[in-house]
Amino acid sequence: MHSQFRITNKAHMARGWAKLSNVDTVQYLDDQGKPLREIPLSNEELLKGYRALRRARYFDERAVLLQRQGRLGVYPPFRGQEAAQVGVALCLKADHDWLLPSYRESAAALTFGMPIHKLILSWRADPAGWGAPPDVNMVQFYIPIATQIPQAAGVAHAQRLLGKDAVAAVFIGDGGTSEGDFHEGLNFASVFEAPLLVVVQNNGWAISVPTHKQMKVKRIAQRAQGYGIPGVVVDGNDLVAVWSVAKEAVERARRGEGPTLIEALTYRIAPHTTSDDPSRYRSEEATREWEKRDPILRMRNCLVHLGLWGEEAEAQLTEALEREFEAELALADQAREPKPWEIVEQVYAEMQRDQKAAWSYLRGEA
Amino acid sequence: MIAERQTRVLNNVQAINEALDLALERDPRVVVFGEDVGTMGGVFRASDGLQQKYGEQRVFDTPLAESGIVGFGIGLAMAGLRPVAEIQFAGFLYPALDQILSHLGRMRHRTRGRFSIPMVIRAPYGGGVKTPEQHADSPEAILAHVPGVKVVIPSSPERAKGLLLAAIEDPDPVFFLEAIKLYRGVKAEVPEGYYTLPLGRARVVREGDAASLFCYGGMVEVCQKAAEVAAREGVELEIVDLETLVPLDTETIFASVQKTGRAVVVYEAMRTGGFGAEVAARIAEEALDYLQAPIVRVAGWDAPYPPFSAVENYYRPDAKRVLEAVRKVLTH
Repeated sequence: MHSQFRITNKAHMARGWAKLSNVDTVQYLDDQGKPLREIPLSNEELLKGYRALRRARYFDERAVLLQRQGRLGVYPPFRGQEAAQVGVALCLKADHDWLLPSYRESAAALTFGMPIHKLILSWRADPAGWGAPPDVNMVQFYIPIATQIPQAAGVAHAQRLLGKDAVAAVFIGDGGTSEGDFHEGLNFASVFEAPLLVVVQNNGWAISVPTHKQMKVKRIAQRAQGYGIPGVVVDGNDLVAVWSVAKEAVERARRGEGPTLIEALTYRIAPHTTSDDPSRYRSEEATREWEKRDPILRMRNCLVHLGLWGEEAEAQLTEALEREFEAELALADQAREPKPWEIVEQVYAEMQRDQKAAWSYLRGEA
Repeated sequence: MIAERQTRVLNNVQAINEALDLALERDPRVVVFGEDVGTMGGVFRASDGLQQKYGEQRVFDTPLAESGIVGFGIGLAMAGLRPVAEIQFAGFLYPALDQILSHLGRMRHRTRGRFSIPMVIRAPYGGGVKTPEQHADSPEAILAHVPGVKVVIPSSPERAKGLLLAAIEDPDPVFFLEAIKLYRGVKAEVPEGYYTLPLGRARVVREGDAASLFCYGGMVEVCQKAAEVAAREGVELEIVDLETLVPLDTETIFASVQKTGRAVVVYEAMRTGGFGAEVAARIAEEALDYLQAPIVRVAGWDAPYPPFSAVENYYRPDAKRVLEAVRKVLTH
């Protein structure tokens, strides 16, 4: 397959001087979802991808509703960014590879293998939702900005030291690229040739600050040049494009060829969180424009165009998603309330004197 | 038994080097890294010869970026390794504070034990050797204020070796601060081979009944000098080397206060909010009834550490200032 990164000289790369990689946007579907060129995915993969997108969208819609009903805490929606997250997560194996998401990445987490009830509990700030299952190598959503990048470089480098071919994928937004840790993490990943995908979802907004006030570079992926690694810009609302770009980056990483910076161009259709009021800082004209490029609509149109999808399949999928979510929600609702003394548990492997004293007090024993 | 082992005379840097060597040899998950740690063996030579012995995968140089070093180490630890990072000077830890405060000590808690960070961060700290600006800071109170981390500060080569090996074995993150003044200033018999000393225990390094001096790291030596002077006047001071600040061995502290009835807390960091304030507060909260005089602190002044060698000794507590404090608690 023709490399989407246009890496022509690997020896050159190894010396740390990548040519400016592809700053043209990788795209496979037009805005209506019609294939622009030959699609590098099997029909089975396309169907799997569409189902994963719909599953993510369904989760997001239900999560926002739950929040409105007071059954979820503050929640950061990802509406419109499903393809940018799902396309990457589909390339990873949960019990082998690693995912380090920021708070916006519930879709990536879901697709990677985090059970829905765990995600619900997580956004209820219930400790029962904080730890991924043992066979899901996902670190709990990062709340500080960009701290996950150096950590992901470490996780990725460790895979090589341990002799595994596993990779790590880490997510960040356009605003997060202004943080020092973004730079330090990318530099570490590059120097150690860590098997890492750094995925920047450029969704146009860092809460209220638009991307053009955040940076003077045209494309965040251009910054890859400063680290001597490939950078690629992808249409973040085109699942086929994101998936195939991420696939190639994962293969490179597994082969020991180091990290890739992926900039997924997308748009934050929803508010920053359920507590945010975007009318204070933006008009919704651009939102309406981006809604026309909805990743799910485009993918569905693509499937319909290829004769792979119809009304009946859609109805069946919706029903299945509903059933799954209801069962998972019931599981989450069954979770017992956290106990006050759990505050001082899991601070150390073994409780120390001060935690023991607090624990006894909180249990009413002292 | 450690007591029955063969010993050799080592200084603190040599003892630390030996501990790192033994940890690398014993546990294949241990990796040692930081700025100038690999080829050069560290600016103080703590990792001297280790890259040559264990290779570039186990002992390596990193880019010059402290947040990157700590963050990278957190990642290595989550993935199952036992990272031992060196921050070149404790005063250079500050760029890494986000990683330290937001993640290092919090990962076990925020993932309910799914991930933990068995990482050691070593850093030379403190003054007394005429270093340039920013090279003599004592940020132990900042670190002790981070939930989920342990803070260890050894005062002798034998202790440094055993405590460092225990820190590397520990399942939680440990800050291991090494007094620069003691790196080559102290030589002592050190048992050979692998041994650990328990974290979380203070120890009485000199027994006395007149007053208790609570100290750690580079201040232990200063307190010993003060105690020798006092002894010539017939005043026997007890010295308690706290050794581990978190978790703090309050039992040993209270037992000493009960015995002497007088407490002087000595630390070289800035006085306000320093770790000695915590020690004083614990005594006041739980051992006040034993006290026959107010607790007195001897600490750095509320000013940045002066990089001017001529006045450095006026900032860092010395035996004279410790004895002034002793006089105060004895004459109350």
